[in-house]
Amino acid sequence: MIKVENLTKTFGPKVAVNDVSFTVQRGEVLGFLGPNGAGKSTTMRMVTGFLPPTAGRVTIGTHDMLEDPVPAKRLIGYLPESAPCYSDMTVHGFLSFAAEIRGLRGNAIKTAVHRAVEMCFLENVLHQSVDTLSKGYRHRTCFAQSIIHDPEILVMDEPTDGLDPNQKHEIRQLIKRMGEKKAIIFSTHILEEVEAACSRAIIIDRGTVVANGTPQELKRKAPNAGAILLRVNGVAAEVVTGKLRAVDGAERVQLVKDENGTVTARVFPKSSANGEFSKAVGAAAQGWRVEELHIEEGKLDEYFRSITASDTAKK
Amino acid sequence: MSNSLGNITTIAKRELSAYFASPVAYVFIVIFLLLTGFFTFMVGGFFERNEANLVSFFLWHPWLYLFLVPAVGMRVWSEERRQGTIELLMTMPLTPWQAIMGKFLASWAFLALALALTFPVVVTVKYLGNPDLGVVAGGYIGSFLLAGAYLAITCLTSALTRNQVIAFIISVVVCLFLILAGWPPVTNILTKVLPDNRWIVELVSAFSVMTHFEDFQRGVVDSRHLLFFLSVIGFSLFSTSVALRSLRS
Repeated sequence: MIKVENLTKTFGPKVAVNDVSFTVQRGEVLGFLGPNGAGKSTTMRMVTGFLPPTAGRVTIGTHDMLEDPVPAKRLIGYLPESAPCYSDMTVHGFLSFAAEIRGLRGNAIKTAVHRAVEMCFLENVLHQSVDTLSKGYRHRTCFAQSIIHDPEILVMDEPTDGLDPNQKHEIRQLIKRMGEKKAIIFSTHILEEVEAACSRAIIIDRGTVVANGTPQELKRKAPNAGAILLRVNGVAAEVVTGKLRAVDGAERVQLVKDENGTVTARVFPKSSANGEFSKAVGAAAQGWRVEELHIEEGKLDEYFRSITASDTAKK
Repeated sequence: MSNSLGNITTIAKRELSAYFASPVAYVFIVIFLLLTGFFTFMVGGFFERNEANLVSFFLWHPWLYLFLVPAVGMRVWSEERRQGTIELLMTMPLTPWQAIMGKFLASWAFLALALALTFPVVVTVKYLGNPDLGVVAGGYIGSFLLAGAYLAITCLTSALTRNQVIAFIISVVVCLFLILAGWPPVTNILTKVLPDNRWIVELVSAFSVMTHFEDFQRGVVDSRHLLFFLSVIGFSLFSTSVALRSLRS
């Protein structure tokens, strides 16, 4: 449904997005990850046709965004980053306007507004003016605007930004549910969100795609993925690390913590972790008071940090 | 085609409702009517003239509009940019041109409404004497076009900045230039400075709304003047579309 090929955007000498390509099929929820200023919003603005790309091509359904913008835009629902709304209108007026400009008429407007209001829990503020709304309500109003015409494609720039934990959960569930029938892209820098709602994730850093895969695949690439974590009580740290280092297949041992007689250590296998290796580690720990022993799954945020250079780290 | 008309109507309806959602619209109309009344009867000496025409009424329109039209139009695009709603508008299935037309027509219709509410002046002159209603109609057409020209210029300046006040000031300056270029005190100076080059004076004054508004006040709807106002509107709105495009790249 969405096909992005070699998308590039420069603002003067600054390259905001550099040669980004990806596709999103119907039934897929693509999480767009990246540090602030990585080019997430710029990419989404090009996908939705707000910014023309410097180079590259965006195809929505069968329509080229540059050559055939109106039919392409008709297929998309878009929630911009700051969730802008016409503040001089009521929620009902704003949503009716959105429905009308999306080509709905008469009773179809009423039905569409009613459905969107129900999905986004806006009944209480329906006749309130937008500029009197709290941030969460305003955000949901703009969200309702993006789904008013039941689009096949949804592009959402940080859809859970500024919402409270309950609302975040609701929105994630909603995205996941809608993702079964639509093609969805959403950006975020909350990593749990990706695991909760995405079928695939792209990590973008300084304008280029640095990773693309399912959340599970990405997690497996985390530096600690596959390592064995061992926590024992009453054994000296040197004894633990020494013995673990001697385990067959161990590449290196990292001492995580040594506190009040409890030692936590991590053993990295040479190749990927397997049953043999964990058995060997288990054997090495024979006789110790083991409090914890498990193979680490890898964490998305560890992987994220390992491949994106943050501004603070550079300085 | 009907689709594009539908989009223009939807945008225009939203714009108009935005005007009336706040008291600004009513305040504007009241101020406009008070000022036209004041200038027509007090400054223009409507009764002292003892003539059954509306010269003292239309005479002031270029000056009144100078401040009132930019006040109406300044928010058209700058507010859209300030609030970020331009990102919504430009990703909806309509062309920028439809959005520009919808917004312009809505504001123009609002100005037309304000102008139409000056009808008591016509009633007064009709009651007191026997005016030529053709001349009156010509004056109204000219005044309407004049407001449209100022408004299109304001749309353009409004698309250039996210600050309404800046949009207002630039519009006033540009419109003031369009008045002064053909205002007799200025053209007289120009003639004195350039006695041998009358064509320069004529060229400059040809750009003035005063030159073109004059004939309308006499009831002459000349196609040249019509063309002037429509081309000012067309050019300004086209420039607006260029400004909006450059903003997005």
